[in-house]
Amino acid sequence: MSGILKALIGPRVPDDELRRHRARYAMPTLVFMIARVFLLVSIFFPYWHMELEAPQYPNGLFLTAYVNHLSGDVREIDGLNHYIGMRPLGEAAAFERAASIWMILAMFLLVEGAAFIHSKWAVLLAVPAITYPLGFIADLYYWMRTFGLNLDPDAPLSSSVKPFVPTVIGEGGIGQFKTYAEFGTGYWLAVMCSVLVIVGFYFHRRAYRPLTLRTAALSAAAGGV
Amino acid sequence: MSTMFRVLASRSVAMVILAGAAMGFLAPEASAQQEGRRRRGGDQPVKPIELTPEQTAQLTKVANDRKLNVDDLLAAAKTYMPSGRHDDYVLFSSGGQSGQVFAIGVPSMRLLRSISVFTPESWQGYGFAGENDPVVESLKINGKLVAWGDTHHPALSETKGDYDGQFLFIGDKANARLGVIDLRDWETKQIVKNPLTISDHGAAFVTPNTDYVIEGGQYATVLGYGYAPPEEYKKSYRGMVTMWKFDRAKGRVDEKSSFAIELPPYWQDLADAGKLASDGYFFINSFNAEMATGGVERGNPPFEAGASKRDMDYLHIVDWKKAEAAFKAGKVKVINGFPVITIETSIAEGILHFAPEPKSPHGVDVTPDGKYMVVAGKLDPHVTVYSIDRIKKAIADKKYTGKDEYGVPILDFDSVKEAQVELGLGPLHTQFDDKGYAYTSLFLDSAVARWSLGGDFASKHKEQPWKLVTKTPVQYNIGHLCAAEGDTVSPDGNFLISMSKWSVDRFLPTGPLLPQNFQLLDIVQPGTTMPVLFDMPIGVGEPHYCQMIKADKLQTWKVYPEVGWNPHHQKLDPNAPKKGDEGVTREGKKVLVKMTAVRSHFTPEHVEIEEGDTVTWRITAIETAQDATHGFCIGGYNINLSLEPGEYTEFTFTADKPGTYPFYCTEFCSALHLEMMGYLHIKPKATNAAAPASEGATTASAK
Repeated sequence: MSGILKALIGPRVPDDELRRHRARYAMPTLVFMIARVFLLVSIFFPYWHMELEAPQYPNGLFLTAYVNHLSGDVREIDGLNHYIGMRPLGEAAAFERAASIWMILAMFLLVEGAAFIHSKWAVLLAVPAITYPLGFIADLYYWMRTFGLNLDPDAPLSSSVKPFVPTVIGEGGIGQFKTYAEFGTGYWLAVMCSVLVIVGFYFHRRAYRPLTLRTAALSAAAGGV
Repeated sequence: MSTMFRVLASRSVAMVILAGAAMGFLAPEASAQQEGRRRRGGDQPVKPIELTPEQTAQLTKVANDRKLNVDDLLAAAKTYMPSGRHDDYVLFSSGGQSGQVFAIGVPSMRLLRSISVFTPESWQGYGFAGENDPVVESLKINGKLVAWGDTHHPALSETKGDYDGQFLFIGDKANARLGVIDLRDWETKQIVKNPLTISDHGAAFVTPNTDYVIEGGQYATVLGYGYAPPEEYKKSYRGMVTMWKFDRAKGRVDEKSSFAIELPPYWQDLADAGKLASDGYFFINSFNAEMATGGVERGNPPFEAGASKRDMDYLHIVDWKKAEAAFKAGKVKVINGFPVITIETSIAEGILHFAPEPKSPHGVDVTPDGKYMVVAGKLDPHVTVYSIDRIKKAIADKKYTGKDEYGVPILDFDSVKEAQVELGLGPLHTQFDDKGYAYTSLFLDSAVARWSLGGDFASKHKEQPWKLVTKTPVQYNIGHLCAAEGDTVSPDGNFLISMSKWSVDRFLPTGPLLPQNFQLLDIVQPGTTMPVLFDMPIGVGEPHYCQMIKADKLQTWKVYPEVGWNPHHQKLDPNAPKKGDEGVTREGKKVLVKMTAVRSHFTPEHVEIEEGDTVTWRITAIETAQDATHGFCIGGYNINLSLEPGEYTEFTFTADKPGTYPFYCTEFCSALHLEMMGYLHIKPKATNAAAPASEGATTASAK
């Protein structure tokens, strides 16, 4: 049992080895730390923006999505959406928004954990943080699609506006509105986090793989005797 | 080697962490900017133009085809506003007999909107909110609806003698009322009726910090709605001036802290508050010191002759700080429930002095430094300039030439007069610029006179002090005039409006009733150049005075601050129905309708009540987008509301005429505006004759 646990968390670094190659063993921890800071800071930045342009809105309408809330002209956009029978934006991704901060904290702690595990299994702990940006897009697309395709057939303009999939990124349009959607700073910070975690694993492997092999060789030798 | 690497690594890590932390702190600000900024650079900078020969030819051709000369082209260029460009100034003009106030952009001279004050006006839903409408109630005088006013003099609120853009006051000459307009939402908040007098004239003028709004009277009557025959004119008729205390925090006149000063029955005319050097005083001039009582039908000289006989009338010099002290000390007589400082008290307390002024003058206007009072002669071709220093000295030295019939001391004319400037025929009103010039309207000459001030102003211009510089003809019969912030402590010297009373041939004929003519004059260049740039017809009433404020001083709301806002109280109303709260409830014969309005529907859409019900109807416009205004009307019941974004309104009516009444949105709000309607079903009282018939109809329609 303890053998499996040992294999999972990987070898500890002997003191003299650590003294000799401090930078080598510090690197994965440091890179993971930066990645984690980026992830945490991303909470305060918008992940996604949409601007809607129409002749009667000379200053445009803006929608900004943070991981845990929506801001901007939500009320006005909801008001307009009721004409085509789209549900209020507040009803989209309610669970994701409620859970987002906890999920990010969990990812933060898992990456921290990955730094302490010196085996290849550390990757498993980092998988959520690495795939998080992709998951965000997938979720955004899912909700846009769900909302766009499930318009109330009894809405005032249901006969003139057919169900559609709103554009998640880039230029789109609906009725007299042109829409421009793009990722925000928060999203790019999450992407940076993801990339840095991968980079961190390069250093992780460089530091701990030789150590693991050496320990395995040693224990194999000991077993042989 | 490894040491260097370690140092570098730790430094870069520290930097990244610091950067991250900084971003964290800056996040809210950064994202707020991002929300409103992308893809829009704001206004594109305007590049200086240079006309190509082709463009010059094009311009010349248009000018020649339209018979425009170079001055016309320049005037057009100085006033034209491209679409979307905002004016530099807002002109708040009285609306005369329309009982309203007009807001006009300067220099484009475009009417921005009207603000109803004394006259119910349906677009604004002003006075069309059913029974017991607070607007209608506020317009009642002694229980009688007086649904019009003769708005005369608007007064912007001031701080230290400069417009602060918060409030606008306007007087109703016909009914001696004062309207208070809040310039956050440009709506009338209060109507104050003077309990002493039927009509007035010198309202409104504010003291330099808007502590008081001054309402000067005009036609003497028996104060407090009393009666006396004209034979008792001298004994019983009186003039007055009222000091309305303004409570800025509440945005209302505090009637309980207000008082009046009794004056002899000369016809007090215009007033102006002193400022800086003359702070603590105000000045009113008068005519009919003759105390003529007319009666042309009895063979007496008519008022127009009788009131113009003498060579001199009286400039009233009022020390309002002393008056305030006397009021606070209780030295008042109560007339019709209102405290009045009597003439005797005024004399005893040194509140009131007279200075002679040439016959039947009109405006009295205080110079920007507060040192001089300019009285325009009307029937005398001069403006007479009084000095506050001389006045104060004459009062201190008791340089009196006598007393009037009521015992008011009259100061020696030569001791208080600074200068007299001959301008032309019919001088009425004076305004000022920043270059040491004064501008006076000349009614009979139909001209605006520019003349040079003396005193400290003399260093600002190259002219001789107290001299006429130039006159520009205006079309026609100019009354008041208004320069940009031209009655404040710091005039802008930018534009001037001639409020020409006759337009005669200036516009296409409009029947026997013609519009007034607001003319825009360019007063930027010193000396003799002062061209007319633009004529704006005003076909809604005969405005009297206007004031021009720099547009950026106004802190106007774009929509109401919160949804459910009650503009009468300027706060969120707990009764405002919220989304989801709508419905119709009944208690006996009383019905309560709670409704919301949003593009493009009312909730509820069917309201079923019975004949004889008393209905209280509450509507909240749950909109937050700029200009997403709705209306609400019920035909036949004289109800129309303007439901501006966020606004809450309540109205009450008795459903005395049964029927099926469509109600609808009266402001074109959206593509589905016509669909924004509903039905008010007022079921007839069940009677023996009606019951089977209505049942039959129901059965038939069900089949």
